Amino acid sequence: MESFALLLAATLNAGTLLAFAALGLLINERAGIVNLGAEGMMLVAAVAGYATAFHTGNDWLAFAAGAAAGGLMAAAFGLLVIWMNTNQYATGLALSLFGAGFSAFVGIGYAPEKLSERTRYEIPGLADIPFLGSALFKQHPLVYVAIGFTIALTWFLYNSRAGLVLRAIGESPESAHALGYPVRRIRMLAVIVGGALCGISGAYVSVIYTPLWVEGMVAGKGWIALALTTFATWRPIRVLLGAYLFGGVTMLQFHLQGEGVQVSSQFLTMLPYLATIVVLVLISRNESFIRANMPASIGKPFFPGS
Amino acid sequence: MLKFEARPEASRLMSVASPLLALAITVVIGTCLFMILGKDPAKALYVFFVEPVKSLYALSELAMKATPLLLIALGLAVCFRSNVWNIGAEGQFILGAVFAGGVAMQAGPTTSHWIVVPILLAGVLGGMCWAAIVALLRDRFNANEILVSLMLVYVADMVLNYLVYGPWKDPAGYNFPQTITFAAATKIPRLVDGFRTNIGLILALLAVAGFWVLLFRTYMGFQLQVGGLAPAAARYAGFSSRRALWTALLLSGGMAGLAGALDVAGPLGQLTPHVPAGYGFAAIIVAYVGRLHPVGTVFSAVLMSMFYIGGELAQSRLGLPKSLTGVFQGLLLFTLLACDTLIHYRIRWVAARLAPKHSTTAAKEA
Repeated sequence: MESFALLLAATLNAGTLLAFAALGLLINERAGIVNLGAEGMMLVAAVAGYATAFHTGNDWLAFAAGAAAGGLMAAAFGLLVIWMNTNQYATGLALSLFGAGFSAFVGIGYAPEKLSERTRYEIPGLADIPFLGSALFKQHPLVYVAIGFTIALTWFLYNSRAGLVLRAIGESPESAHALGYPVRRIRMLAVIVGGALCGISGAYVSVIYTPLWVEGMVAGKGWIALALTTFATWRPIRVLLGAYLFGGVTMLQFHLQGEGVQVSSQFLTMLPYLATIVVLVLISRNESFIRANMPASIGKPFFPGS
Repeated sequence: MLKFEARPEASRLMSVASPLLALAITVVIGTCLFMILGKDPAKALYVFFVEPVKSLYALSELAMKATPLLLIALGLAVCFRSNVWNIGAEGQFILGAVFAGGVAMQAGPTTSHWIVVPILLAGVLGGMCWAAIVALLRDRFNANEILVSLMLVYVADMVLNYLVYGPWKDPAGYNFPQTITFAAATKIPRLVDGFRTNIGLILALLAVAGFWVLLFRTYMGFQLQVGGLAPAAARYAGFSSRRALWTALLLSGGMAGLAGALDVAGPLGQLTPHVPAGYGFAAIIVAYVGRLHPVGTVFSAVLMSMFYIGGELAQSRLGLPKSLTGVFQGLLLFTLLACDTLIHYRIRWVAARLAPKHSTTAAKEA
């Protein structure tokens, strides 16, 4: 029973980092921009966060550094895609490739370094409840922040005027432009916020989730987060649940290995990637369902006056 | 302020000048980076751009690294022109290497040199199979090919790892994760004694001609490109988008698989977890810098090969991490995409403040 509680706890932990990145990408995509650079932004943020945590010993500064790194890279992406009208897919790919190289280059000195003893968090009182305590209430604060943020984002998208404008831009930038909204500026803002969230996720990987820096350590989580937005049909709550589901699949491999299941570790490592493919296939099979839910201008450039 | 103004038609000059401009910007940024790191930029640039072409041997090494990049980029150019986003060439490369390795392991001391042919064919088949999964899932289930092809890179990596840590591990290899060293007969024939360049280079150059003909002189190539540029027009003309998808993916998968086979039966000579060297990702940049044109990719493959070799030399000579290569590769693609804006737009300086206040149209444009 206790091992199941730990599996649940690990699932929430792994799900949280996916959730931050996927919610960031959701904000991008709701504004009509696909950023394939998630993996690269997360890698650079992971290095930035790790270096900050290593030098200052403060995890919160590390998250800020991660968010800044992610936001900065996203700004470069936005500059090209939104203001210079480059192809979103190609530019995002460039960001991912650059991020992989740059993080490896900058991070090489941090590979042998260890972070100081990690703080253990628990909610007093609740953490002592048997089973539920170790499953739910001994988590990093960001795990709860992710839940709160998801609810807030849902409210923002569906109940606030600004959220309505964001969605309008994602559906029809031409109409939003005609109504006088600064489409490109709002898109830029969405891209930077999305990048910052990917950055928090990247810093979470290197500071909390694994706590160490290894080249390429994000290991496809940025791409899985991209798949999650489709999987969740661009709904924040579903993104969070999907993130937990994938966190669970990731953790299941370690759990199975621990239980001594007679499968090669390589096949267990494949699980999250195969699960992503399976889920994509299942959700995309119904083309009209996807089309009905997808922001209509996704991936399409908008250049006023052309 | 700066303002982009649409050109009446795409600038032919800029489409050639843009990669050069991007390279120049990358070099400038690189020079700054070297100065920040306290390295002599002249020495660093020498390592990247002169050393790889200094001697015959260096040129042969340059060509050897350029070969897989060129082969993969040719396939990707067709994909990207057809608007099929195969970014998992790395996985197709690995599967090509695995299939080719599987055949090469069967060779013994008496095997004829002709085994190289089935090895290469197995590589092509391996790459095609892996790309066919992407095509199938896209075609049947509408699954996004970007994500599927990329996820399959990680899966391919694990397949390779499983084999070299498990059933294919060399029993006499001191428990190292590697297969047996392939028999001498499997070695891809070299062009000249003493140089590592092999017939892969000839195959790659033949492929350049082949892909040029396919793209610009066949009906199929025309259909692919129309499908990429104007899907609605292609549909109206009755061109099958499904066939374009399968053609593009199988072609690029096959090319990546061939590159994998040439690598594993050429310089590597056995399967190890280090088979994936990032060629599949670098080839994306090669394809773009080469303007998605078969002849252009020859130049960009050589350039990217220089980055690879320069990175290795920078590590041994200047004590800089090898990952510098990745930084420059990424930068080059990024700057290239920025410079490509100049193909369709020109930059104008607009004195924004001088615009009359009542002219609302001008305000809205800005």
